[in-house]
Amino acid sequence: MNPTSPDAEPAVLCRGLRKIYEAGRGSGRKRAGEVLAVEGLDLSIRRGECFGLLGPNGSGKTTTVEMLEGLLLPTGGEVRLLGMDWAHDESRLRERMGVALQETRLPEKLTVEEVLTLFRSFYQRPRPLEALLADVQLEEKRRAWVVKLSGGQRQRLAIACALVAEPEILFLDEPTTGLDPQSRRQIWGLVAAYRARGGTVLLTTHYMEEAERLCDRVAILDRGRLIRLGTPAELIAGLGAEHVVELELEAGAGQGALDEATLRGLPTVTEVHLSGEGVWALAAVEPERAVPALRALLQERGQRLLRLGTRKATLEDVFVSLTGRALRDD
Amino acid sequence: MTESRRPRPVVQLTLMRLREMMREPGVLFWTFGFPVLISVALGIAFRVKGPEPVVVGALPGVTAQARDALASDGVQVRPLDQAAAQAALRSGQVAVVLVPPARPGEPFTYRFDPARPEARLARATVDAILQKAAGRQDRLAVRDQEVSEPGSRYIDFLIPGLLAMNLMSGSMWGIGWVIVEMRVRKLLKRLLAAPMRRRHLLFAFGLSRLMVIPFEIALILTFARLVFGVQVAGSYAALALVSLAGSASFAAIAILVASRAQNTQTVSGLMNLVMLPMFVLSGVFFSSSHFPEVTRPFISALPLTAMCDGMRAVTIDGVGLLGTLPYLAVLAAWGVVSFVLGLRWFRWG
Ligand SMILES: Nc1ncnc2c1ncn2[C@@H]1O[C@H](COP(=O)(O)OP(=O)(O)OP(=O)(O)O)[C@@H](O)[C@H]1O
Ligand SMILES: [Mg+2]
Repeated sequence: MNPTSPDAEPAVLCRGLRKIYEAGRGSGRKRAGEVLAVEGLDLSIRRGECFGLLGPNGSGKTTTVEMLEGLLLPTGGEVRLLGMDWAHDESRLRERMGVALQETRLPEKLTVEEVLTLFRSFYQRPRPLEALLADVQLEEKRRAWVVKLSGGQRQRLAIACALVAEPEILFLDEPTTGLDPQSRRQIWGLVAAYRARGGTVLLTTHYMEEAERLCDRVAILDRGRLIRLGTPAELIAGLGAEHVVELELEAGAGQGALDEATLRGLPTVTEVHLSGEGVWALAAVEPERAVPALRALLQERGQRLLRLGTRKATLEDVFVSLTGRALRDD
Repeated sequence: MTESRRPRPVVQLTLMRLREMMREPGVLFWTFGFPVLISVALGIAFRVKGPEPVVVGALPGVTAQARDALASDGVQVRPLDQAAAQAALRSGQVAVVLVPPARPGEPFTYRFDPARPEARLARATVDAILQKAAGRQDRLAVRDQEVSEPGSRYIDFLIPGLLAMNLMSGSMWGIGWVIVEMRVRKLLKRLLAAPMRRRHLLFAFGLSRLMVIPFEIALILTFARLVFGVQVAGSYAALALVSLAGSASFAAIAILVASRAQNTQTVSGLMNLVMLPMFVLSGVFFSSSHFPEVTRPFISALPLTAMCDGMRAVTIDGVGLLGTLPYLAVLAAWGVVSFVLGLRWFRWG
């Protein structure tokens, strides 16, 4: 037998991971249509950790995750899971990991129970059906067809399929995108319960709140590159200010009324960003000093406020400050 | 969780296919309803009718005597004027127009289009009756013997063709289209992310077809027998063998066609590209012997031709298991080549 992966080995390890999609067929000259989706990614995820991959649309999250899952062949780089690699240990790895892809449509006219039984049949040691149904709170829907489930219920079923054999690593690609807040919280509960049993989670999301709540560490991806890695608190601390002051001027005031340099001159303000919707966001170390100065400035210039608010800085602000762009373009 | 409680992957995958099929009314219609409807429609359109009566037009001046002689021998006579006769002749409503002599002593005229076989036949019939009425004697004694061979009707030709066509489309849609649909839905990818063996999935596709095929065949044959009296001259074992080989061959072709298609439009286009020429060439509805001699070897090498001809060899000519070998060989060749290429090119993701 192979020396079973020592626990010292990280759950997921990749080095120099790259993916180039070739748009045109044929392997002749392929510079033109090709897409560089992931450019040299190094990651190491500890056992028992919940790791988040964050990034806007098209930043390469799904590509990365599917390469780690052994579903997509990397153009370059190395992947190891639980100390094993895809070329040699595929069947053993598949037994020990669970996957929920971004938007899989499970067989529509099968019942919840039938879908779970199908997935249970693939594993050596599946968990009992009842336990799975209870975990994802679908006992009442066990005889319902997949088409008849709500979006949140369908997503819970997809996660139940990933949890069928109590995997050591769980991959979730955008598990809550498009769901209402209540369904989202239910799924967060599922992830938390799985982690409490000792599981390792790799999830992707573009919801910062989700990452802050669930993840021990997050990696921020942009255009296929890793631009920051750390705990949510570390990343926010990297902004240099823990608070954000947001303000919006009355319509017709004209954007020229305020400018970045002036706002940056306010006390304790470290970052200034104007969004497409005309909202100014100022990262401030001490908002109780920045806000009165701001009011005085507006008074002096005869500008009227539509809205003024203060909140704690989030990963969203980290992203904006790193890239100058908002995380979600929808 | 004893070992025996663990569900078997091949069983579960096969059940998935069967359930999806049975719970989809459209699939049920195309599998079972449609072939029956076609055989009803074509069976009625081409049902065996009595011999067509000969219809002739008679211009004013044709004697009542001549008309009576014709009518008493089963010829329908329509009195028509010049213009109406012309129109009726052109549209084929009458085969021959009788033109009376302009002056006594001049000959009778038969006006007809010799390019129409039924017109020449009508002319000969009418002439024989009129000559006899005028007193001609037959010199040679003859006798008619009328026969009707079982299995020689159009419906007897059609039903094995329909069976073959139905098994072909069953394999193509039930496997080719379904594979691409699963790829589009990312279900293929999701199954591969679990420790599912690829051969289990392919095996389940085959098994689910295998479980439906007997019902498809039984339904069409029973229907054809009850409604049209169609018989199977040969053995059911030989019929089963041809059906099985044909379905397997088309299953392999379906895998090849579906191996790379990234959406269902592409795969339905490709499947029509494969199937439509064969509907025409392989003699499902009409014998392919109408095509020029040079095309014959090419047409015989088509898998649907092999399945149609094999079916007919069994149901009409009554050949046994050995007699189906040439057809099985063609089907096996298509099946093996398509399967090997299909697996090599197959994209799971
Ligand atoms: N099959 C493919 N062929 C060509 N290009 C692709 C393919 N799949 C993805 N891409 C491209 O690769 C880049 C990364 O895509 P990917 O799906 O990994 O992004 P993502 O971060 O998961 O985005 P989203 O948040 O929208 O899911 C994008 O520019 C995308 O257009
Ligand atoms: Mg994605």
